[in-house]
Amino acid sequence: MKNFEYVRAKDPADAVRLVAERPGAAFVSGGTDLLNLMRDGAQTHDRLVDVNGMGLDRITIGARNVRLGGWSRMADVAAHRFVRHRFPVVAEALLASASPQIRNMASIGGNLVQRTRCGYFRDAASPCNKRVPGSGCPALGGENRWHAVFGGSDHCIAVSAGDLGVSLLAVDAVVLTSGPRGERRIPFGEFQVVPGDTPHRENVLEHGELIVGVELPFSHFAGKSRYLKLRDRATFEFAVVSVAAALDLRGRHVRDVRLAFGGVATKAWRSFAAEDALRGKELNGSTIEAACRAAVSGAEPRQHNAFKVELLQRAVSRVLHDLGGVR
Amino acid sequence: MTEEAGASRHKRRTVLKAGGAAVAGAVAHPVLEASAAPARTEAATGVPITLRVNGKPHELTVEARVTLLDALRERLDLTGAKKGCDRGECGACTVHVDGRRIKSCLTLAVMQEGREITTVEGLARDGRLHPVQEAFIRHDAFQCGACTSGQVMSAVAVIEEGHTRSTDEIREWMSGNLCRCAVYPNIVAAVRDAAKEPRS
Repeated sequence: MKNFEYVRAKDPADAVRLVAERPGAAFVSGGTDLLNLMRDGAQTHDRLVDVNGMGLDRITIGARNVRLGGWSRMADVAAHRFVRHRFPVVAEALLASASPQIRNMASIGGNLVQRTRCGYFRDAASPCNKRVPGSGCPALGGENRWHAVFGGSDHCIAVSAGDLGVSLLAVDAVVLTSGPRGERRIPFGEFQVVPGDTPHRENVLEHGELIVGVELPFSHFAGKSRYLKLRDRATFEFAVVSVAAALDLRGRHVRDVRLAFGGVATKAWRSFAAEDALRGKELNGSTIEAACRAAVSGAEPRQHNAFKVELLQRAVSRVLHDLGGVR
Repeated sequence: MTEEAGASRHKRRTVLKAGGAAVAGAVAHPVLEASAAPARTEAATGVPITLRVNGKPHELTVEARVTLLDALRERLDLTGAKKGCDRGECGACTVHVDGRRIKSCLTLAVMQEGREITTVEGLARDGRLHPVQEAFIRHDAFQCGACTSGQVMSAVAVIEEGHTRSTDEIREWMSGNLCRCAVYPNIVAAVRDAAKEPRS
C-alpha cells in the first residue's frame, strides 16, 4: 500500500472540504473495503479523511422514518430492535453480510459505496474499464460466473456487491449527503448508476460528497419484508442471487409490493415489471409465477452465469410464497 | 498455550521478528526516496500516536498506512494476533476494540487512538488463562494453532454477545474465523462449554 496523509475531520463540513480540495483524497470510516482496494492497487489515495468520532453514528426514530447515521455500524443497525421490527428486510440483509467482525467495523455509508468484487477489477494486473477506463473488459469473454445478467454494457458487467443496498430498494430508502455544493436527498433507486460507457462511475456522488445518513420511511410494506440470500457456502460469502421483497397484503390482495435483486446486476436491481405482475392482484401460485417470469425478462446471460436466470426465479418464488403465506 | 506450543514458539517468533524488521526497513526507504510530492514527505514523517493495548498506553510513531495488526506485531511485539490473509477474510488477526471484536488487518493504527484494544495476550488474569482458553485446551480445539488466537478472541466475543444458544448459532457467529485444519467441531464444543461458565 502506498503511503498517504491521514487527517481526522472535526465535523462533516470539515471532512467535505478536506476531500473536495484534493482530487486524490477519500473518506475513511470502517476502512474494511478501502484498505483492500488500496492494497490491491485498485484504488490509490494520497489523503484519507477519517470521518469517525463526529457523533453521527446514531439511529434516530422519527415520526415518519428511522434515520441511520452514515457512520452507524452494520452490526448496530442489524441488532436495533426497531429496525428489526419495522424494516426486517434491512436487518436481515445486514446480518447476511460479511462476518461479525466486519459488521462491527463497517459503516452504513461505507457499505453503500463498496466496490465490486469482480476479480478483474480487484486484480491490478488485469485490464478493467472500471479501474482504467478504456483498457477493456476481460469478463465479457472470460470467467463471468459471478457477473451481471442485468444492467451490463459492452464496457462492464461487474456485479454490484453488497446486500444492504438491495434491501434499501425494498423500503424506498433515501440517502442523505453533504457535499461541496450543499446537502442532497437521493432516493436509493437513483443513487447507483449502471456502467454504460462510464463504468468507473458507480453512483451519483460527486468528489467530496459524503453520506451522512440513510432514511428508512415507514410504509405499509416495509414491515412485511424479507431478504433471501443464496450463495456458494452457508455464510460469509457474497450473493450469487439475492432477493429483497416487501408486501402490503390485505387478505390475498396485493396493495403494494417491492422486489429488488442482488448478485445479478450492475447495481442493486429493482424489478418494476415483477412488481406490476403482482400489484393490485391476488397473491397466488399463478401470479407469483407471472412475477418470476417478469423478473427475468430482459436478462442477458453470459457463458458462465445463465444459471442465475433460473435461480433468481426460484428465489423470488420462494420469498413470495413464504412472505405471503402462499402454499 | 500448551507447553509444547510454548517451546516451539520461540523459534518461530525469532524468525518472524527478523522478517518483520526486514519488511519495516524495506518499507521506510522507498518512501523517503520518493519524496518529490510534498504530501508524501509529510506522510513519510509518520504520525505520533498513543495506543492503549491490554490496559497499557504505548507511544509510537507510525506511517498512516500501517494497519493496527502491523503496529501490534511489528512495533509492540504483540505477536498473538496473526497475519493470515491480511485482507479481512481469515480472522486470525481478531482483536477487541472498545469491547467489540474486529479484524485488525482492516483498520489503520492511526484510527485507533483513544480506544481500548485487547489482544489475546491480555486475556489471562493473574497467571490464569481465560475460561475460553481453558476450554480450547480441554476440547483440543486447535491443531496447527495459526488461527487459534483469532478463534479465541472471537469466541470470547461470541459468548459476551450471547450468540451461543445452539451449535448452529455458534457456527454462524464464528464464521469470520477460518481454520484450515478444520477443527470446527472442537472449536464449537469449546465455545459451548465456555459459554456455560460464569463470566469473568
